[in-house]
Amino acid sequence: MISILQSYSTMLLRALGYTLVLTVLALIFAMIIGLIFALMNVSHSRILNIIGTVYVDAIRGVPLIVLAFFIYFGVPQAFKMMGFTSFRLPALQAGTIALAMNCGAYMAEIFRAGIESIDKGQMEASRSLGLTYGTSMKCVILPQAFKVMIPSIINQFIITLKDTSILSVIGYPELTNMGRTIAGNTFLSLQTWAIVGVMYMIVIVSLSKAAKRIERKIKIEDSEGKPRKRHRDQ
Amino acid sequence: MTDTVKIHVKDLKKYFGKLEVLKSINIDIHEGEVVVVIGPSGSGKSTFLRCLNKLEHSNGGTIIVDGNDINDKNININKVREDIGMVFQHFNLFPNMNVIKNIMLAPVKTKKMTESQAHEAGMRLLKRVGLESKAEAYPQQLSGGQKQRVAIARALAMNPSIMLFDEPTSALDPEMVGEVLTVMKELAKAGMTMVVVTHEMGFAREVADRIVFMDGGYIIEEGTPDQILKNPKQERTISFLNKVL
Repeated sequence: MISILQSYSTMLLRALGYTLVLTVLALIFAMIIGLIFALMNVSHSRILNIIGTVYVDAIRGVPLIVLAFFIYFGVPQAFKMMGFTSFRLPALQAGTIALAMNCGAYMAEIFRAGIESIDKGQMEASRSLGLTYGTSMKCVILPQAFKVMIPSIINQFIITLKDTSILSVIGYPELTNMGRTIAGNTFLSLQTWAIVGVMYMIVIVSLSKAAKRIERKIKIEDSEGKPRKRHRDQ
Repeated sequence: MTDTVKIHVKDLKKYFGKLEVLKSINIDIHEGEVVVVIGPSGSGKSTFLRCLNKLEHSNGGTIIVDGNDINDKNININKVREDIGMVFQHFNLFPNMNVIKNIMLAPVKTKKMTESQAHEAGMRLLKRVGLESKAEAYPQQLSGGQKQRVAIARALAMNPSIMLFDEPTSALDPEMVGEVLTVMKELAKAGMTMVVVTHEMGFAREVADRIVFMDGGYIIEEGTPDQILKNPKQERTISFLNKVL
């Protein structure tokens, strides 16, 4: 085990870095996708409702690995068939798209539930003041909904981080992929996968701990009724 | 009270699915008039009120507010709503903002006032409802009566010429009803056009220019407080008043 750490530690750390880059990129896009489709789902337009529902159902109905293959191998072929010169998205881009689309569908559901958890009276009060639907969403509903959603978002963050390992199948040099390379080179499967497992665990456990702390902080702020400012010296 | 008609409602109908909540409502409300709407629960009072600023879309009839037909597609309903303040049974203050931010939000976002103008106006309104000292407090830190007074200040911040009150004291502890009614009485005295759905018969008797009794989706009877409370003509009005007075 020590020999692996000695010879491969920089590569493993770099691979972990790639994993994190992919996770963060995917999450940023997933948040945007999620917000857009959630807003479609809660809107009063039938058409937007349908588009939102179809997206969420379609993506949730397809395993991530299939989606990744489809984007990495399938889409370039489609372009070729349409007469474009053959091209292939680099693994990072294809991986980000697949992961963002996948995670975006789950985010859409988290956002939708968050928005729907806010009392209807909030929107009515805001509209009755002459504010538009968009302004009411942005200034009144979403800030409240976001607070409710934070635990679920962090949970989804952890799931997405783990899902990056699936993208080793399209050759993205993330941590699991690196584990396969090292195990193949050294024939030390037990040690390699133990190290890779522990690396994932360290990152994820520290994330969960941070999440718990944020959750607790929100709870305290809520019970004191004072976001941001806190006085605990009574 | 003047002769100018502020709100003209003709043959207003509203269904929720198969349930006909408003069957045919006809009423003219004049500038500066205080109209108190009473009636048994389920009679459509709140729905009627919510139709006036289009929180509920009516299914038929005409509603004209200050010359604007609010069902006209070319009318910007947000502009019309700026002129109609509304106070809700459950306050509906924004819990993520402190009191002064609650009040400032609409004037600033609709570009009616700058941040500093809105702050100044907000503080003036808080003084008017007796809550200057609570400007920085969050809604959760206020009592029900205080919340409702902030809600009134928030509605007034847009400088509306009409105020709608949807059972403003129904969710309050009895000892807090008075402070809210006092603010409403002062508003009435200042000449505000008000439509108030309430069960506070004392308030109706004292402040209303006209009392409207609704039941089953119709206006059954209307008149001055004396006419309605002392000499009701309709059977249903009499039986309702016997129960609540």
